[in-house]
Amino acid sequence: MSVLNHQTLSVLVENRSGVLARISGLFARRGFNIISLAVAPSDDARFSRINIVIDVEETSVEQITKQLFKLVNVVKITELLPSDSVERELLMATVAAGPDQRGAVIELVGVFEGKIVDVGADALTVMLAGEPDKLDDLEELMRPYGITELQRTGRVALPKLERQASPRLRLTGKAS
Amino acid sequence: MREVVSISAHLHVQHAPPPAVRRESQRPPMKMTGAQALIKSLEMENVEVVFGLPGGCILPAYDPILDSPIRHILVRHEQGAGHMAEGYAHVTGRPGVALVTSGPAATNLVTPLCDAYMDSVPMVAITGQVSRPVIGTDGFQECDTVGITRSVTKHNELIMDPNEIPLMVRQAFHLATTGRPGPVLLDVPKDVLQAEVTWNWPTDDEVSSSLPGYKPNLKGHPKMIKEAARLISEARKPVIYAGGGILKSRAADALRELAERTGTPVVTTLMARGAFPDDHPLCLGMPGMHGNYTAITAMQKSDLLIALGTRFDDRVTGKVATFAPEAKIIHVDIDPAELGKIRRPDVPIVGDCRQVIGEIVKALESHTQADRNEWRSRISGWQELYPLHYDPHVDGDALKPQQVMEVLRDLAPEGTILASGVGQHQMWASQYWQFNEPYTWVNSGGLGTMGFCVPAAIGAKVGRPDRTVWAVDGDGCFQMTAQELVTASSERIPVKVAILNNAYLGMVRQWQEMFYEERYSEVYLSPDLPDYVKWAEAMGCAAFRVEAAEEVEPVIAKANAIDDRPVVIDFRTDSREKVFPMVPAGASNDDVVVHPSQKPGGEKLVQ
Ligand SMILES: Cc1ncc(C[n+]2csc(CCOP(=O)(O)OP(=O)(O)O)c2C)c(N)n1
Repeated sequence: MSVLNHQTLSVLVENRSGVLARISGLFARRGFNIISLAVAPSDDARFSRINIVIDVEETSVEQITKQLFKLVNVVKITELLPSDSVERELLMATVAAGPDQRGAVIELVGVFEGKIVDVGADALTVMLAGEPDKLDDLEELMRPYGITELQRTGRVALPKLERQASPRLRLTGKAS
Repeated sequence: MREVVSISAHLHVQHAPPPAVRRESQRPPMKMTGAQALIKSLEMENVEVVFGLPGGCILPAYDPILDSPIRHILVRHEQGAGHMAEGYAHVTGRPGVALVTSGPAATNLVTPLCDAYMDSVPMVAITGQVSRPVIGTDGFQECDTVGITRSVTKHNELIMDPNEIPLMVRQAFHLATTGRPGPVLLDVPKDVLQAEVTWNWPTDDEVSSSLPGYKPNLKGHPKMIKEAARLISEARKPVIYAGGGILKSRAADALRELAERTGTPVVTTLMARGAFPDDHPLCLGMPGMHGNYTAITAMQKSDLLIALGTRFDDRVTGKVATFAPEAKIIHVDIDPAELGKIRRPDVPIVGDCRQVIGEIVKALESHTQADRNEWRSRISGWQELYPLHYDPHVDGDALKPQQVMEVLRDLAPEGTILASGVGQHQMWASQYWQFNEPYTWVNSGGLGTMGFCVPAAIGAKVGRPDRTVWAVDGDGCFQMTAQELVTASSERIPVKVAILNNAYLGMVRQWQEMFYEERYSEVYLSPDLPDYVKWAEAMGCAAFRVEAAEEVEPVIAKANAIDDRPVVIDFRTDSREKVFPMVPAGASNDDVVVHPSQKPGGEKLVQ
């Protein structure tokens, strides 16, 4: 589910009942597609933050943003381009792995710096938090073993911090 | 990262009419029921009339109405209450209020809510809801009103805290009337109405801080205003494309000044009829699917469209890809989402039309106007070649609906308000009436709601009792909500209804005639069933039937003279008549079809 041409809308909304329904209803009614959605409380108790990842090739970010902002409970919208933000997602997967495959799966998860969070007779539940691409990769590599259950959270994102010194000092090599 | 908008807290008092909200004196905390607080809040908002019908859940709110100066008009169907509220809002600019119970009553209100939403009509709807503990249990007459109406209201709330009633009411009126106006719904559980509350009327500051995400932008961007003024002064073939937003922002005078100052011709959309006087030399009338040839063609050939408070509806643009291909676009709208939604403007201006037009006019002072004589003569050429036209009446034939409209128009007392339903009669009403004054046209444009006419006319008459209100309805539309004439009779609201009875769902018949090889499927309504005269009389109205051309004038005159009860005239009109001009759905505005007699040899005017 990696989408190159995506963008995140970080939407600050009032903590009121029905707000999520308003937002998802707006997307449904106007035919906008959501790639990923994550909702959680924000640093201010009055507001929650909704992270919506959209495909910028399919839909006009401008129209989505303007329509969203018409909702009375929407307080602020920040558009986050992948290049200007830090994006993370969490994956949990139950992988069929009998005693002879267990080692290989554990090793694989180790390479990705993920964790084994549960162990059963014929299966493992693994967890990885990270950049969405990494999660895609792990998912792909575990598939041959047999993924019996998979759960991913929506994507969360924060803007990259401004560096004090000259822009050349910015960390490079991050996925963009 | 781009921050699109930020938190703000400002109350903008925008729409002129409502007098300042009443002030409360300092008194000890007042205890009352939620229902009393609700009605008192409406009083504080200077509501003078409420359209409604009681029922179980809203019952507690009906009790304090007995002691309130607010006039309650008891409708016969909740759809009527909603459309009446709309009609009232159309002519007064003040929000119409509807009060109904839960479940089926609330669902009956969905159509008017959607109608008001599409046409940006300020409206506050209050619905009863089952008591809080019953919510979610499928209790008797429970329905998820807030869920159902979410996408057809500007905003809605289920009030769970009785003490919040006054704040919610203030918010509702504020939201309904500011920014882009629209319907707001409050759903109130019965036990919330019965609960004891401490009266507290919130201040402006409390209202604005309770709506941290709501900040309509009224003032246009100075750079854009300058750019607009430059484009306007340089344009050789400009057209002002005026929409309903002109009326919503009370910008008719500002529009007139802009047009006159720059000599720019004006088209008024269906929703904007009356925003610019039809008798003005610069007025081109209505554009769009059934607009007149000149309005459509002038837009098509223009080099600049000054779009004011309008949303590039598909009924106006025709096929978007070929709409006004050479025109630059200045687009002014209070709703940022309208800018660039259909057509990307060269100069987008978010703001209140009245304010922005004023600013543009000011900015024009430093410019000289390009010569527009050639443009004007081309326009008058079209006007001469392609006036509105219909086949004249032939003795013994049924009446020509267009002619009925003309007589109705000519005999109408000064300041008459015209409401219409949806269909052929609506288009003829808009085409053949002469709108010289704003707020005299009550119409369902965006949703195109059959059944709108009679109740909306009643609401309009309640809002402007000093005016004559004519409702021009189709026989199909009339049968949808005619029973509200019972309301009109019993409440002594003397509206006048002209049914253009062509015995068909005429507009659909026209499409079947033109696009379905005259295969008339399910569009025939008997002209005599019901007997409209008897029906109207049964509802307490005066009623006439007109079949002969020479009767049209005297009977309309008679109807104009009746002022103690509603009047209904059943005009027997020619079912073969079609609305021309017409731009078929999905076609380009270049391919406007004029009346057959105006197109000798199928030749098209080239220019
Ligand atoms: C509630 C509703 N149902 C259906 C339609 C579709 N429709 C549009 S015009 C029309 C015919 C209207 O007939 P009538 O009221 O007799 O008016 P006429 O066109 O004959 O003037 C219909 C069915 C509609 N606009 N609204």
